[in-house]
Amino acid sequence: MTTIEAIRLAIRAVVANKLRSGLTVLGILIGVAAVILLVAVGNGSAKAVQQNIEQLGSDTLTISTATARGAGARVQSGALTMDLVDALTNREATPDVKSVSPVVTGAQGVSFEGTAHTVSQFIGTTPSYLEAVNDTVARGASFTDDDVRSHHRVVVLGAGAAARLFRDADPIGKQVTVGVARFTVVGLLGQKGGLTFADPNDVAIAPITAAQEAVSGYGPLNQILVQAVAADRVGAARSQAQAVLNEKLHVTNAANQPFQILSQSQLLTARSDTARTFTVFLGAVAALSLLVGGIGITNIMMVTVTERTREIGIRKALGAPKRTLLTQFLTEATVLSLIGGLLGVVAAIVGSQFTILGIHPEILPSSIALALGVSVAIGLFFGSYPASRAAGLRPIDALRYE
Amino acid sequence: MSTLEHPVIEVRDLVKTYGDGETQIKALAGVDLAVHRGEYLAIMGVSGSGKTTLMNILGCLDVQTSGRYLLDGVDVSTFDDRQLARVRNRRIGFVFQMFSLIPRTSVLANVELPLAYAGMKAADRRRRARAALTTVGLGDRADHEPNQLSGGQQQRVAVARALVTAPTLILADEPTGNLDSTSSAEVLEVLDHLNRIGRTVVLITHDHRVAQHAHRLIELVDGRVVTDEPIRRSPAGESYDGRHRPRTGPSSEAVPA
Repeated sequence: MTTIEAIRLAIRAVVANKLRSGLTVLGILIGVAAVILLVAVGNGSAKAVQQNIEQLGSDTLTISTATARGAGARVQSGALTMDLVDALTNREATPDVKSVSPVVTGAQGVSFEGTAHTVSQFIGTTPSYLEAVNDTVARGASFTDDDVRSHHRVVVLGAGAAARLFRDADPIGKQVTVGVARFTVVGLLGQKGGLTFADPNDVAIAPITAAQEAVSGYGPLNQILVQAVAADRVGAARSQAQAVLNEKLHVTNAANQPFQILSQSQLLTARSDTARTFTVFLGAVAALSLLVGGIGITNIMMVTVTERTREIGIRKALGAPKRTLLTQFLTEATVLSLIGGLLGVVAAIVGSQFTILGIHPEILPSSIALALGVSVAIGLFFGSYPASRAAGLRPIDALRYE
Repeated sequence: MSTLEHPVIEVRDLVKTYGDGETQIKALAGVDLAVHRGEYLAIMGVSGSGKTTLMNILGCLDVQTSGRYLLDGVDVSTFDDRQLARVRNRRIGFVFQMFSLIPRTSVLANVELPLAYAGMKAADRRRRARAALTTVGLGDRADHEPNQLSGGQQQRVAVARALVTAPTLILADEPTGNLDSTSSAEVLEVLDHLNRIGRTVVLITHDHRVAQHAHRLIELVDGRVVTDEPIRRSPAGESYDGRHRPRTGPSSEAVPA
């Protein structure tokens, strides 16, 4: 019996029980689609991170409070204040620093004429921030240093936040309510590429003075963003900033600083590492569902073998060698899982057309080959027990079975 | 053929026991039997007499506990699974009771099956399977599926499948067990025909009227052969037996016991 005949026979057996085969195939389909799609999401997010590293440039540094290690290491003076911003702006102490932007940030409920939306990043800062993070004002204008000095309640909206609040209306000049205060929209930011799992367009940026006064209160800053004069001066800017901070915060133990300075690329590397870990985790979950699908195949093949015991007996009486029967049932299991695999690839390709968690999935061709290979392997592995049971039946026992 | 000098079946003191100790059952208690080429043999017995056990051993589906079984002069008791499969494939054609066709598979494919297991090429297989179907008078039903045929037709397909490999022995186990008298007659007619063209046929049945078709009758009681004699028949109407069942007379003459 040739391979083609064995496959034809297997397909006929699979088709004979459409519902049962369909459900089994569904198990494999979901597993394979999940694996391919999640790897694609991971791949897409890694690419987005890559693009952002290139887009942002590597000329910025982020200063934030260090996570406290133990009660004894908790240093009050670790809080970032506007004083530090002024100190860092001192040209003599930090000649390689182009700008220093204080940042207070948090999620804030914003509403406009009954439409409420929680902006995931409501940022209070100075105008230099926009340049440092490569944000561009697409329409209207940014707020100015004068707005900061005068505590003007104006706000620049990210494209995502604007779309959610205003839909089709023109936001420029409109007043939105942030918390209990009213802010006037003066500008809109251009669309920005996806970073990781948060929508970078869901932002609102206001003068830090107004933000603290009306929204966040006068607590410590969340971050201080430092832009170096050039990408190759980041190292110098970092040590200058470090020196200023050490002096201002009276740091004596260099190993236990109350603050940390990260370059933008370091941040992104950290984020892409997180993304990779997440992808591996999701991939493992997807692989589990593939395993469950495989067990489904064993289950359904056991049922098939039991149901066809008499047929097996007749085949044996007609002289079917053990090997032929083994091949027959293994082929059947493999056909089942391969159909599931192929449909899973189709489902994954369809699914990858959509944006998932703000990420555009990019399918790796190798993941398709891998998933198909794995689905064949699953058929062979999970089909082998039922198949060997079928092949090992004694002909008289099989013939007597009713 | 060198096998001509051997009987097709030669059985010496065949014993088959099931279970052990207290619950041991002796299904065959020492059977001696020789069947020669071209014979038409009926094995009769009530259920429990051991005829199915005997047929399983003769068909190489089961192995005896002791005694010798030579098929075509070859002792098959030493064969392993693979060799037994080959023997079943090449030397024995089975006709079981009902439901022995593979469902959802065309009649032609069913008849081709033993040839496929023998490793024959598809074109040759098809040709021989069609020829076998013509022999049983079903040449025009090759593309039907088993469930589209009557019981008698299905059984004739099973006969075609049994003879397609040109086996040494055709072994029919209650081939008419589930058939009405008309269908029985059809099937028995085909078996009669096969015997007339020289095939060795062993028919297992509990029905005297069916056994009448054979030329020699073996009767088993409690795992032993109690009768072994030729069947005499009236010259007329051989092929109508199943339908008109007139021949209880000769049967009782033939089996005086």
